Amino acid sequence: MQEASHFTPQQLFRKQAAGESLHPDGEDAVHRHVLTVLVENTIGALNRVANLFSQRGFNLESVTVGEARDPSQSRLTLVTTGNDRIIGQVLKQLHGLIDTLEVDDVTHEDHVERELCLVKIRCNSEERASILAVVDIFRANVVNITPDSLTFEVTGPTAKVNAFIGLLKDYDLSEVARSGRVAMRRRLAFEH
Amino acid sequence: MSSSSLSTSQQMNSQLEPSKAAAMAAPTLPTGAEILIRSMEAEGVEIVFGHPGGAVIAIYDEMHRINPSFEHVLVRHEQGGTHAAEGYAKATGKVGTVLVTSGPGATNCVTGIADAYMDSIPIVVFTGQVPTKMIGNDAFQECDTIGVTRSITKHSFLVRDVRDLAATVKKAYYIARTGRPGPVVVDLPKDILAARAPFRYPDSITIPGYSTVGKGNSGQVKKAAEMIQQAERPLFYVGGGTIISGGAEKLTSIARRANIPVTTTLHGLGSFPENDPLSVGMLGMHGTWYANQAVQNTDLLIAVGARFDDRVTGKIEAWAPHAKIIHIDIDPACISKNVPVDCPILGDVSLVLDQLDSLVEENDHPEWLAQIDAWRQECPLDFERDGALRPQEIIRAIRDRTEGEAVVVTDVGQNQMWGAQFYSYVNPRSHITSGGLGTMGFSLPAAMGAAFGLRGTGRDVVSINGDGGVMMNIQELGVAAAHGLPLKVVILNNSFLGMVRQWQELFHDERYSHTHLEPTNPDFVALAKAFGCEGLYCDDPEDIEKTLDAAWAVTDRPVVMEFKVITEEKVFPMVPAGAATDDMITAVFSPEDCA
Ligand SMILES: Cc1ncc(C[n+]2csc(CCOP(=O)(O)OP(=O)(O)O)c2C)c(N)n1
Repeated sequence: MQEASHFTPQQLFRKQAAGESLHPDGEDAVHRHVLTVLVENTIGALNRVANLFSQRGFNLESVTVGEARDPSQSRLTLVTTGNDRIIGQVLKQLHGLIDTLEVDDVTHEDHVERELCLVKIRCNSEERASILAVVDIFRANVVNITPDSLTFEVTGPTAKVNAFIGLLKDYDLSEVARSGRVAMRRRLAFEH
Repeated sequence: MSSSSLSTSQQMNSQLEPSKAAAMAAPTLPTGAEILIRSMEAEGVEIVFGHPGGAVIAIYDEMHRINPSFEHVLVRHEQGGTHAAEGYAKATGKVGTVLVTSGPGATNCVTGIADAYMDSIPIVVFTGQVPTKMIGNDAFQECDTIGVTRSITKHSFLVRDVRDLAATVKKAYYIARTGRPGPVVVDLPKDILAARAPFRYPDSITIPGYSTVGKGNSGQVKKAAEMIQQAERPLFYVGGGTIISGGAEKLTSIARRANIPVTTTLHGLGSFPENDPLSVGMLGMHGTWYANQAVQNTDLLIAVGARFDDRVTGKIEAWAPHAKIIHIDIDPACISKNVPVDCPILGDVSLVLDQLDSLVEENDHPEWLAQIDAWRQECPLDFERDGALRPQEIIRAIRDRTEGEAVVVTDVGQNQMWGAQFYSYVNPRSHITSGGLGTMGFSLPAAMGAAFGLRGTGRDVVSINGDGGVMMNIQELGVAAAHGLPLKVVILNNSFLGMVRQWQELFHDERYSHTHLEPTNPDFVALAKAFGCEGLYCDDPEDIEKTLDAAWAVTDRPVVMEFKVITEEKVFPMVPAGAATDDMITAVFSPEDCA
């Protein structure tokens, strides 16, 4: 096992460029990245993106897909993790797909992120009031009420959605459906 | 969608309802099958390696009727067809073409497609498919070919409208050939082949998400030239991308002007003449000891069209520890994939070398070259000569016979490494092998494809095989014989799956588990004759020349030469898999034993 001081300057450069730890048992600096990708709106194009992640062994935490401004194109938001070298690979490999039109890593750019979450809670009429008080803090909307259940919708950054779900853990949570993140830069492409 | 198919449909809309127009025009319009053939003709296809079946019978029927300008070679197994297309593409620099039926026809191509993907070989594979309406129903001979081949193709197309067919063919060849080349699959449902449409082969196509790179960034190129000027111990590390791009001559000129030694990868063999004093031969797992020494000591590695494969680097942290790295490559994803580099240059290798050529000045590195020479003397690439028949001696003899001008197509295993080490390549496109996927059974059909591509050039094509791999596509011998190809097929019969046996001997305490082939090997000479080839046998070094004389006297059919070589011979030097390059095992015999 080599100590950091035993590396040649070139080896140090390479490790740093890859985001790898300089210590034998250290962990790589792994970061979460949010990417937006514009592809041709075909089944084949979506398949190729999804396949790329399994083929190359990249992590994929969430994917959202929908029609883009131009309906012949789809816009994806992908959340992936890895060290700098791996994230660099993810970006290049996505670019390399024939029907990929644009790839943007917005992680370190000024951007907005939102996630939509639907939550269904089993509850009777006595519990209802206290639950509604909690969800009010999060500005969640009630989208359905039955005699035995309440269904809410909450939108916000992923952290907010996490906090919201965390708070409801004390109740009888029966279902959670999260959309995964969608992201967008705040400014127009030509603004700085 | 291409401009041509758009204009076609617009025309029809302006005149009549499309369905009525189609119905009225039907008798005169060509079928999809004919459009495919016409498109291939327009694309300049010279040869198609194919095998018919139900889903593509319409194409074969049209071929019978039209008698197209290209030749169709009926291979005897679709895998052989894909390897033949690869060999043709590698030898000629053109795109190889394969035509097969749905289901098993397509799945039989999978190995060849994966092989072409790993080695960046441009081929287009047309696969039949069940009719559009039956896709997904588990119909007879249905296979999700696009799904199965997704991760082993550069791109693929399922044709859903006959009016898109011609443009799709054009796109397929364009994508296969340009940028970093690779295999493209075009899946053709049977109803599309029967449907009719007007035919016009588009002059140009647009593929919005696909762009190819040209020259390198001039700032980066300048930086690279300065790094080269300043380096004390520079080394070129040259891969197959240099040959693909046509940059070998420029590389040679730069290396000679600045006196920079050159090591090549397996696929880079032939990009720089190995008989030049600046050549240090191949690097990596079975590269020369002196090439690997040079890598471990260089202060500037100039990687050209190479991809830092694990068979080259071994344990990556320990590789080239003192080197700054310049990396010239056409594929952005290849740059800094395995090793972060100091000066990346994205571009067509040949064009970037052109740019560098005008900037790199005359230079010399006498101490560095003297050091490399000392390493060369210390541990040369050689073999023992004790009267036993050894593969290396046979390959050397073939080299002398062909004066280095043959196209050598090796299989996978020990034969592949001896073929790489001992032929001493001097020309680009003279060495063909399955490097990335390592596909046993590659050599014979690939050599056949190369021989088709080189007919009339007078160049010898030599296929080098082990007794294991040669059996994996032996059926193509009959095809080569039927076409009178003067292939020279060498079988280095060591009675074992030699390379696996070597690992078993060195790393598994000589437990030769299921690698002995003698019990199941055929009589290769009789087998050759049964296929209509000449068959020769040799088991004595004294008889090598006589055997080659006899083989080279035959010019109208393939010759199979079975050489009964010793079993124990191993490929050295060797960096064990995953080990550091500095831990290379060199040959166990002493230089005095080598004549
Ligand atoms: C299709 C396939 N199966 C298995 C292997 C694993 N493999 C690599 S080399 C080798 C032995 C090849 O033996 P032979 O063809 O006799 O050649 P030799 O090594 O003796 O020259 C094997 C089995 C492979 N590369 N390809």
